[in-house]
Amino acid sequence: MNPPNWLRALGRVSLWVWASLGLLFLFTPILVTVIYSFNEPTGKYNYVWNKFSLAGWSDPFKYPELTDALIFSLKIAVSVTIIATILGTLIGLAMVKYKFRAKGVIGAILILPLTMPEVVLGFSLLTLFVAVNWSRGFVTIIIAQVMFSVSYVATTVRARIRGFDWRLEEASLDLGASPFRTFYKVTLPLIAPGVIAAAMLTFALSLDDFIITYLNSGLDNTFPIQIWNMKRSKVPVQINVFSTALLVISIALALLLVVFNNRRSRKLAGLAA
Amino acid sequence: MTAAAAPSRFRRPRRENGGDDSGVSARRWFTPWLLIAPGGLWLLIFFIIPLFSLGRLSLQDGGFSNYSTVISDNSTVIIRTFVYATISTIAAIIIGYPLAYVIATKGGKYKNLLLALVVLPFFVTYLVRTLSWKILLFDGGPAVSIFRSLGVLSENQGILGSPFAVVAALTYNFLPFMVLPIYVSLEKLDRRLLDAAADLYSSPARAFRKITLRLSLPGLFAGTLLTFIPAAGDFVNSELLGSERTVMIGNIIEKNFGKEFFRPELSALSFMLMAIILVGVIIYARLLGTEEIA
Repeated sequence: MNPPNWLRALGRVSLWVWASLGLLFLFTPILVTVIYSFNEPTGKYNYVWNKFSLAGWSDPFKYPELTDALIFSLKIAVSVTIIATILGTLIGLAMVKYKFRAKGVIGAILILPLTMPEVVLGFSLLTLFVAVNWSRGFVTIIIAQVMFSVSYVATTVRARIRGFDWRLEEASLDLGASPFRTFYKVTLPLIAPGVIAAAMLTFALSLDDFIITYLNSGLDNTFPIQIWNMKRSKVPVQINVFSTALLVISIALALLLVVFNNRRSRKLAGLAA
Repeated sequence: MTAAAAPSRFRRPRRENGGDDSGVSARRWFTPWLLIAPGGLWLLIFFIIPLFSLGRLSLQDGGFSNYSTVISDNSTVIIRTFVYATISTIAAIIIGYPLAYVIATKGGKYKNLLLALVVLPFFVTYLVRTLSWKILLFDGGPAVSIFRSLGVLSENQGILGSPFAVVAALTYNFLPFMVLPIYVSLEKLDRRLLDAAADLYSSPARAFRKITLRLSLPGLFAGTLLTFIPAAGDFVNSELLGSERTVMIGNIIEKNFGKEFFRPELSALSFMLMAIILVGVIIYARLLGTEEIA
């Protein structure tokens, strides 16, 4: 039995309204972050709107501990992205291109870190570092972040390169190209979009990660850890300034990637025609 | 290396060096493991072994009594943790499913733009996002004024420090993890099935239940895990937006992980958190009948 038309129309409208509210829910805190970078807070905490000001933007590096933490975070993110992208891509390639025993086990081990709360992952890693008396800092942060990023990279790359025509590699080898040249000229261009996507994801995850990093950071402070440590003494507007700047840069990079991918697929389509 | 790499037209059937096929197949057998080894060793040393180290530590100075101590000392906190995680996951389904549905089925050419809006929160770091919630829920902030004018809150009541603040922010922080997998499964859905259902006199509601909902179960399953698990292990939202009334398991670990004498009990607590989640995941997979994707 079909419901009357007016009821269906009502249903459709309320679905749209509900979905828009959902988007608004996701969007509002981000908007707040941006807007409050232009605030001039009355006290030490940038929680209540006072008045519009460019003070934060004209003096973004006012708190050296915050700036240093951001630079430290970027260093970590670059290192983690390089290591995890290489390790994860290799695993992704192995999972897609080869049949081998224990593939299921490897797949399960890859998924497992994603099904565990960060606090458990972080704390268990900490118990290992404590057991072997390894002092926490830059290196242990990288170890911790690579650990969960490898899974993300392998999963992303695996999903993106599934179903490719790997005979292209054999064709290249048969036509006399060296394995290195084949990798460089055939394999890499094929898997590049997946690898770039995975690398960007890793970079974002690294900058974003707090819980695992915090438990294994010792006395070194990433940007989120610095905010965490400051929260009882001050929450300056510079936090919002840096976050807004990072947001704008990320959006620009994402747009650039979209343009690049479109151009690439147009070029490939042109080749096929 | 160079000899093996020498280009040959007849790679597969016969090699120059007298049909030494075994070398080739040995390399074939090896190649995937060579590719997996670096990342695999990393996971073995820094993920698998630490879990064992955690398990061992949880039995130190007291054996299984560590578990009973930790459970009886923190029963309220443990129950609260799972209640909060459950409520925020259900809220994320209620908000996220319709959103994913609208984007996947009615998004048209704006699909990618709408998806970009869904993942936009990830471009602002987790702690800052949560601080934005603090701004939104602050006394005298917009949410408090709205609730006061609606009469939900009296003049001297606030939101910060309440379970509501923590659950709302947990829902918010992990909502994209709910939307994306549901979107992916709805996007793959063959719309002709719905046409067929309509042709066969199925009501839209029935078609939704029997086709759309059923085929999106894998996405719903993945989304639930990706929301519930981080919510159950979180301490950031409770610390920034809650009070001593909203302490979760994560907060106990966060407060004490630096204290050496406390580590066996904390290990027991972490291990228990992990075990409860794993059991929950298995039961949930059975209920939904989606074992194959688990």
